[in-house]
Amino acid sequence: MTRKREDAEILSQERIAKDIYSMWIRTEAAETAQPGQFISMYTNDGSKLLPRPISICETDREAGSLRVVYRVTGKNTGTEIFSQMKAGDTIPVIGPLGNGFPYERAEGKRVFLMGGGIGVPPVLELAKRMKCDRKQIVVGYRDEETFLRDEFEQNGEVYISTEDGSVGTKGNVMDAIRENALEADIIYACGPTPMLRAIKKYAEENGIECYISLEERMACGIGACLACVCQSKEKDEHSNVHNKRICKDGPVFLSTEVEI
Amino acid sequence: MNMKVNIAGVEWKNPVTVASGTFGSGEEFSEFVDLNRLGAVTTKGVANVPWSGNPTPRVAEVYGGMMNAVGLQNPGIDVFCRRDIPFLRKYDTKIIVNVCGRSTEDYCEVVERLAEEDVDMLEINISCPNVKEGGIAFGQNPKAAEDITKAVKKYARQPVIMKLSPNVTSIAEMAKAVEAGGADAVSLINTITGMKIDINRKTFVLANRTGGVSGPAVHPIAVRMVYEAANAVRVPIIGMGGISTAEDAIEMILAGASAVSVGTANFHNPAVTLEIIDGIERYMEQQGFDSVEAMTGIVK
Ligand SMILES: Cc1cc2nc3c(=O)[nH]c(=O)nc-3n(C[C@H](O)[C@H](O)[C@H](O)COP(=O)(O)OP(=O)(O)OC[C@H]3O[C@@H](n4cnc5c(N)ncnc54)[C@H](O)[C@@H]3O)c2cc1C
Ligand SMILES: Cc1cc2nc3c(=O)[nH]c(=O)nc-3n(C[C@H](O)[C@H](O)[C@H](O)COP(=O)(O)O)c2cc1C
Ligand code: FES
Repeated sequence: MTRKREDAEILSQERIAKDIYSMWIRTEAAETAQPGQFISMYTNDGSKLLPRPISICETDREAGSLRVVYRVTGKNTGTEIFSQMKAGDTIPVIGPLGNGFPYERAEGKRVFLMGGGIGVPPVLELAKRMKCDRKQIVVGYRDEETFLRDEFEQNGEVYISTEDGSVGTKGNVMDAIRENALEADIIYACGPTPMLRAIKKYAEENGIECYISLEERMACGIGACLACVCQSKEKDEHSNVHNKRICKDGPVFLSTEVEI
Repeated sequence: MNMKVNIAGVEWKNPVTVASGTFGSGEEFSEFVDLNRLGAVTTKGVANVPWSGNPTPRVAEVYGGMMNAVGLQNPGIDVFCRRDIPFLRKYDTKIIVNVCGRSTEDYCEVVERLAEEDVDMLEINISCPNVKEGGIAFGQNPKAAEDITKAVKKYARQPVIMKLSPNVTSIAEMAKAVEAGGADAVSLINTITGMKIDINRKTFVLANRTGGVSGPAVHPIAVRMVYEAANAVRVPIIGMGGISTAEDAIEMILAGASAVSVGTANFHNPAVTLEIIDGIERYMEQQGFDSVEAMTGIVK
């Protein structure tokens, strides 16, 4: 018995784009957190019981703090409650959870770090930690609200796509790669399933090592309830069927391990 | 003061276990909970062969609760016996193995296999609403429930707890049926069948369309059913459904439960069972109860 749900202190809360918030919290999770891992965030509202899995966007180990960037998905949601909290409040969290991106594998290679929509935030900590030959950060947004862009620009070459074409390439991250004729030896990606499906296909067709971070509804967040499974190519050792738990065995998987 | 309870001849150190399916086989939660402190660990339903379960999404949040349609994904009894029983045996707690199946033969095969194993009790799930072929078919008909209880009892070496479905007209009748079939205890409630629709996508939230509702929202229904079952049978009752505080657990005990299970609340706070155990103890001290038995079913 070594872990617990803790009440993390909110150090700052800021709206950084329409419906997008950035929160720094002081938490024990900061000490070991890896890019691609997530934390479970809970409301104090008893009518909303389940955790909200949110990726680690940045860590400051010395200060014992970490940053999450999240979207308020609608009215009366848990994320709306989070957005109304202020510095000094406490928020129940568990973390870090899951397995992060194996970023050491990028050393000496040309890399794509790809994020789409609310899959953009974890790419920041990944970009900060990664040592590689060519760091190509390819991020996709809906419109001109290109949150975290300045921070990406301090950490690599940045290519942007927007659905409405207001910034960068019109379309998605794959369109941005094509338009800029980019190439990579290894790919790390987080975003909506259709985007990941396209990246997985591209990587496999071109024989590129590719890590993708998957998303699914969760209940426990720690691997016990089997709510959050995805299909695995091989029979999984733990489940003894073709299912892997995204919260525990993922959320980051080698693209060839899973069927999406 | 004594927190011990005796359920069908098995002594638990306190009346609190975890509800099947919400705690795996304990390994993941052991990082958050000292399993030695639990009265018992009830494991996720296990069948004779591995089951893949339902497509995702398998869970949804609802006001004051959740819905699930995991579909009894499990690794099968062989892996369970090889991996999970030895893990749990390291702890000083009772082991209750929850068993599921698609046919009487499936259930009996698992129960027979477990007869050789070092586990303390069996809980037979005849009430899973999320699997078409199995479970619930036995749980909604008194005659079928009695028959499967009898069949299982033939092979069982450990005391048998029959787990009842709330999706019935008379829970008392179901409790009597399994008691007549030889059940050593009954547990209730399993989840209540529900449905949630996404009004933007205009489709069902769960891939399975329907799912089982659990959590605080179902607690009053569970208390009523525990009360009715307790007044219908002599065998001990393990009460569950929406317990998330010591007060909820005490309510269930006063209604007639000899022990309680905590399910969905583990998802909100993985260490909630420990708070519940401590809270029950404090209440007993304050109210001058010297045993859990002395509290069981005193509200008539
Ligand atoms: C590993 C992982 C990392 C994530 N990282 C981020 C991030 O960094 N920033 C961010 O904004 N979002 C992230 N998400 C998505 C985020 O979890 C959901 O947007 C959020 O849970 C929605 O909660 P709500 O309170 O807004 O909505 P509600 O409608 O109140 O949520 C109801 C329930 O559904 C669940 N749910 C709803 N949408 C999703 C979803 N897309 N994925 C999983 N569960 C969902 C909620 O957790 C909750 O249990 C991540 C998801 C996963 C699985
Ligand atoms: C995710 C989940 C999985 C479950 N799996 C099982 C199961 O495998 N076998 C079973 O008998 N009950 C299962 N149940 C039902 C619970 O054991 C319990 O009866 C029910 O959830 C009510 O208790 P609660 O409100 O405290 O969760 C499951 C419940 C949930 C939420
Ligand atoms: S959310 Fe429970 S196993 Fe992943």
